[in-house]
Amino acid sequence: MKRIALAGALLLLITLPFWIGNSYYVNVATQMLIYAILALGLNVLVGYAGLVTLGHAALFGVAAYAGATLINAGHGHIVAAVGALLATIAVSAIFAVLALRGTGLGFVMITVALGQIAWGIAYRWISLTNGDNGVSINARPHPFGLSLETAPALYWATLVVFLLAVVSMSIFVASPFGASLRGARDQPRRMTALGYNVWLIRFLAFLFSGFWSGVAGLLYLYYNQFVSPQTVALSASAEALLMVIAGGTGTLLGPIAGAVLVIVMKDIASAYIERWNFVLGAIFVLIVVFMPEGLVPGGLRLCRRVIAAARGPATVPAEESGE
Amino acid sequence: MTALEVRDLNKAFGGLRVTSTVNLAVAPGERRLIIGPNGAGKTTLFNLITGEIRPDSGTMMLFGHDITRVPARRRAHLGLARTYQIITLFPGETLLRNVTLSLLGLSPLRWNPIVRIDRQAELMAGAREALVRVGLGHLAERPVGQTSYGERRRVEIAMALAQNPKVLLLDEPFAGLSIEERRDVATLINAISRDVTIVMIEHDMDVALEFAEQITVLHFGEVIVEGTRAEVVEHPRTREIYLGE
Repeated sequence: MKRIALAGALLLLITLPFWIGNSYYVNVATQMLIYAILALGLNVLVGYAGLVTLGHAALFGVAAYAGATLINAGHGHIVAAVGALLATIAVSAIFAVLALRGTGLGFVMITVALGQIAWGIAYRWISLTNGDNGVSINARPHPFGLSLETAPALYWATLVVFLLAVVSMSIFVASPFGASLRGARDQPRRMTALGYNVWLIRFLAFLFSGFWSGVAGLLYLYYNQFVSPQTVALSASAEALLMVIAGGTGTLLGPIAGAVLVIVMKDIASAYIERWNFVLGAIFVLIVVFMPEGLVPGGLRLCRRVIAAARGPATVPAEESGE
Repeated sequence: MTALEVRDLNKAFGGLRVTSTVNLAVAPGERRLIIGPNGAGKTTLFNLITGEIRPDSGTMMLFGHDITRVPARRRAHLGLARTYQIITLFPGETLLRNVTLSLLGLSPLRWNPIVRIDRQAELMAGAREALVRVGLGHLAERPVGQTSYGERRRVEIAMALAQNPKVLLLDEPFAGLSIEERRDVATLINAISRDVTIVMIEHDMDVALEFAEQITVLHFGEVIVEGTRAEVVEHPRTREIYLGE
């Protein structure tokens, strides 16, 4: 059952450019995938490590800026991509060392401060970042000689990276390290007493999270061929966090659903509703009231209840499907 | 050589001296009971020994190895395990996963982000065995949230024993248990091999006195009386502070 659903979803995703109609919607789908990768990366910290951060747009932005700067300095796309990801991991390490001095609110506030520093650099260090005008690149990369200039080509390339992200997350979650990370979230004292290095576990999780945020940032650069200080603003971090929380923290599908929801509102609903921000806000309020655990776990709970009700009161609700 | 030795240990929270020049020497294989009224500093002493809090002064030795400055997580690797007075389990996970995390804590496998944890046959078998040992084998797949208080107490002990410790610190293992459950846990503790040195904090005198060979009485952070069961029970100071006579 699960396999059929998975194969169906995969088929729909692969054939999307053929049935969705025009290239505008293909581009919207590409954006969804990019933000889903960001949200998946962020979920490692927010969901599995229990560390809420409001500075992830900075990591996303570092990758985009570093990539653009390296490309414009005349380096090839491979050097630029590797350099951008290394830069993101280095910045993640700095963020982690500083922010992991605290947990809870302290951690959030430090990530906000670090994110604002990144925004300040993007906005004010004009010789490095070109300030408010942002940085553009002339062309998308040609991996294995394939052009990514058309909307479907970029979509498929993004889809491949997205699937890699999903697979890496599902492996990570089921691994001993994933279990250690969740243990450190739930009982840090006990984990220390059991012999775990809680700080190092969180630090490594931060790097893993930063890596995928950087991958998303790089794809964002290829998609837009432009990056500006807006990319690293606090509101961008908040938006990514909302995707994770709305979809369901600590689940594999939640961040993806959250990213789809936000992009649908931003890019599609905004064409029909001028005050789309208001509608998005209302949707978030509804989610918090009726499905505080997020869309995906909440939706599953409702489905189970409906199925149980349809089968009659005697049946026991199905066991948790361990997403 | 002593299994666990504490020398001139001091700790104050602000102006409150919770541990005041405490000396303690526990022989290998010994069963030591620590008693004292509420606020005597018993759990604080455990927290100092496990490294959760740092002493102001004094030294601690584990089998002759100075652990005073060794971080808490390393002390687990040196053979020190504890249980908690307030049950400290992973509430959303199954009993099996709780014990698995305990086993994993001492294994390099804990850093592995690629393999599937539930396919690690040796790890899983070890965790099941630890649960069987405390009589919870049949509840392995049950989440902690759906177990009774008495069962959770036994999971606490299973997690500590799973690490195969040399020194085991039990912080009120009988707290909140029914008479029947107490007997079960007592049987369980009495069955622990003499390779393990046990230090226990306990209020329940009936079960605890039966267990103890040596007893230390703490009062306001100080060791007041120390000696064999008979010596301590007969000592006028014990009766005065603890037994309330």
